Amino acid sequence: MTTRVGVVTFPGSLDDRDAQRAVKLAGGEPVALWHGDKDLHQVDAVILPGGFSYGDYLRCGAIARFSPVMETIIDQARAGLPVLGICNGFQVLCESHLLPGALTRNDHLHFICRDQRLRVENAATAWTADYTAGQEITVPLKNGEGGYVADERTLDELEAEGRVVFRYLGGNPNGSRRDIAGITNEAGNVVGLMPHPEHAVEALTGPTIDGLGFFTSALRKLVA
Amino acid sequence: MLKPEILDPQGQAVQRALPRLGFEGVSDVRQGKRFELEVADPVDEAALERVREMARTFLANTVIEDFHVRIEEVEAAR
Repeated sequence: MTTRVGVVTFPGSLDDRDAQRAVKLAGGEPVALWHGDKDLHQVDAVILPGGFSYGDYLRCGAIARFSPVMETIIDQARAGLPVLGICNGFQVLCESHLLPGALTRNDHLHFICRDQRLRVENAATAWTADYTAGQEITVPLKNGEGGYVADERTLDELEAEGRVVFRYLGGNPNGSRRDIAGITNEAGNVVGLMPHPEHAVEALTGPTIDGLGFFTSALRKLVA
Repeated sequence: MLKPEILDPQGQAVQRALPRLGFEGVSDVRQGKRFELEVADPVDEAALERVREMARTFLANTVIEDFHVRIEEVEAAR
């Protein structure tokens, strides 16, 4: 039986196809989920892809967070469903309060698009088990509102509990507090990050294939 | 409005542009959002509380933003 991984399409999602493709390359069965449909169609994990859901109106992810599909995802994520939020998906997870903090305008105000070096800080989450703690990976980063902010207490908690999953290397690209590129919830099933692992799964189109581990991690975890 | 401790690079960019245009003496600019909600009935305390709830849950992200609710009369002619 193949593992079914849902990829949500919101109006304005861009990277849903790439995420589906990454799931397929990792050996899973991608399942397209629609923002207006509460039903998750028996998927074993969910990816919230990058893009500009609802045109980024109000705030990035603020309207997507109240879409019908998110009601079910929020409930199930609290019950342990593995959920990965990439870029806009990370913004949706923060707006949903499944992850703490918020993403704000890059401190230099420019949209950034480059290959980004990251350090995997936590290799125990549902989405990072195929990496080793301290491993360095390179995947694309492309966003205008990727500055991770949270109050000092929250940042200290994230650090103390090992919930900073990825940190930027080679210079902070957007003003994120403590160079944070991605975080997880207490249980480790919900992970959000600004860089795009789904764009680094094939030698032909990506700078590396370092991103594939996200998708193989989730599949391995689900099969085990 | 972004909370005071949250960096506002857009406000800073505006502030830096002001002297170039001859507007001196502005030491800080913070940029925010304003929503105008029109309601059919007079605004009583219950209606005001509903609007505050709206702001808390949706219009503002209270992780990074503060909000104020203010009542304004609308001209009947509009």
